[in-house]
Amino acid sequence: MLELRNISYEVDDNHDNKEILKDVSVKIEDHFVAITGPNGGGKSTLAKMIAGIIKPTSGQILLDGEDITEFDITERAKKGISFAFQQPVHFKGLTVKDMITIAAGKDMTVTEICNILSEVGLCAREYIDREINSSLSGGELKRIEIAMIAARGTKMSIFDEPEAGIDLWSFNSLIKVFEKMRDEINGTILIISHQERILNIADKIIVIADGRLEKVGTKEEVLPALLDTAESCKTLTDKL
Amino acid sequence: MDLVQKNLLEQVAGLHEVPEGAYNIRANGSKLGRNTTANIDIVSKTDKDGIDIIIKPGTVNESVHIPVLLSQSGLQECVYNDFYIGEGADVTIVAGCGIHNCGVDTSKHDGIHTFYLEKGAKVRYVERHYGEGDGNGENIMNPQTIVHLKEDSYMEMETTQIKGIDSTNRVTRGDLADGARLEIHEKIMTHGKQYAKTDFSVDLNGDNSSCNLVSRSVAKGESKQEFFSIMNGNAACAGHSECDAIIMDHGCVTASPQLTANSIDANLIHEAAIGKIAGEQLIKLMTLGLTEKEAEEQIINGFLK
Ligand SMILES: Nc1ncnc2c1ncn2[C@@H]1O[C@H](COP(=O)(O)OP(=O)(O)O)[C@@H](O)[C@H]1O
Ligand SMILES: [Mg+2]
Repeated sequence: MLELRNISYEVDDNHDNKEILKDVSVKIEDHFVAITGPNGGGKSTLAKMIAGIIKPTSGQILLDGEDITEFDITERAKKGISFAFQQPVHFKGLTVKDMITIAAGKDMTVTEICNILSEVGLCAREYIDREINSSLSGGELKRIEIAMIAARGTKMSIFDEPEAGIDLWSFNSLIKVFEKMRDEINGTILIISHQERILNIADKIIVIADGRLEKVGTKEEVLPALLDTAESCKTLTDKL
Repeated sequence: MDLVQKNLLEQVAGLHEVPEGAYNIRANGSKLGRNTTANIDIVSKTDKDGIDIIIKPGTVNESVHIPVLLSQSGLQECVYNDFYIGEGADVTIVAGCGIHNCGVDTSKHDGIHTFYLEKGAKVRYVERHYGEGDGNGENIMNPQTIVHLKEDSYMEMETTQIKGIDSTNRVTRGDLADGARLEIHEKIMTHGKQYAKTDFSVDLNGDNSSCNLVSRSVAKGESKQEFFSIMNGNAACAGHSECDAIIMDHGCVTASPQLTANSIDANLIHEAAIGKIAGEQLIKLMTLGLTEKEAEEQIINGFLK
């Protein structure tokens, strides 16, 4: 279980104090949890904070009751936190095989790598020796990013907008990947998403807007209001 | 061969014992062993230090190893090796120099390798440089590679210098006739106060000739690297050079490419990128459980692979 206690995050934005997260407290204990909310609301900031990439200005982060607020990225990864970036990082020279092996933390046979890649809908034979760079498409990079998390198989897997930058066709198969993960992975999946189909399979939905925790609840509790506000955006309806 | 020499041989040629096929092993300035085959002859030069390697036309699937080992501190030598590759031959040549310097004097090997590729000949040339030592003596290597490529010949050159060379000035010169192709991959890593210079110049004289030069390097510590490349497009040709460098600590890298198109149909491209390891690469690997230092090693390993 992951618990955020009174998390605030401030940055110095051109000598102006900018509050990006404001006193966020939430417990993440369900199996499949989705975070949603408007762009710029602070979702990625929160995910980076859980992974240890940034440190809160105040507040605590607890993993299974242990205070990990002061732990660095590596320590948190070793404690079982995995994080798939919104923008996959390019590497010169490192291949799909290298990255999956590093993620797994042990030597991997071709068959084992094959299995993981097929989980995310990639044919291993074509990909295993490819470099993680711009010669791969956005969708392919996203899948490899997800495969690395699958290879780690830790107790907490965070995905930041896995659907972003993926075409509709790929998106359909990506949803299947997450449905499968939900059914097969033990531990918690925390996924930042705007997609109704992802929100629909979540046990819990967290809404973050303007740096605040706006709502937490089941999809029945959260979704109707969410879709309602989306539909009733006046300027947009007027324009249509 | 003693243990030190055996280790050097493994580092520069990946060999545990004497190689298969043709070879010439030079250790501390003299011939340690030589083998020729029906198609490959190796002859000592009479006017200066060095050998001629003569490969008969049509020789295929054969290899030549010519490692040079220096284990006597303070030895300085300049060697001339000429390679004559007959028409239609297809061979692999592995050269390399390993220096073990446990004294206080400067050890130095200057090798001048000239290749003459006849029509349609193909050569894969692998060159590794390695230095070690427990003394304060400097290890210096100044390799020169001069390639003359006739019609439709192809040369692939792979050079690696990863460790222990204090100073190097690598000179490469080439001229290419119609349809000839030259592919060069260079990998360099320097640390401490080392200095490495790449000085590359090629004339693309023939129509449909092409040259691709890819240099990847890492400069650590206080080391300094300079990359000079000149490509002259004198015909309907294609030239591409790429210098990609990672700097760490107080490392310093200079890249000075020069492209000259003397023909309206010459197509020349240069790319250069110098910078430290991207922070996001380190962060990504750390989220996979590596420490910052392990992440750095993985990134550099992959980059120089
Ligand atoms: N280091 C920073 N300096 C200034 N502003 C930042 C910084 N990091 C994030 N922000 C701002 O904080 C807000 C939240 O960003 P983010 O967490 O990426 O939102 P989301 O992922 O919900 O779209 C955005 O307005 C963003 O521009
Ligand atoms: Mg975001």
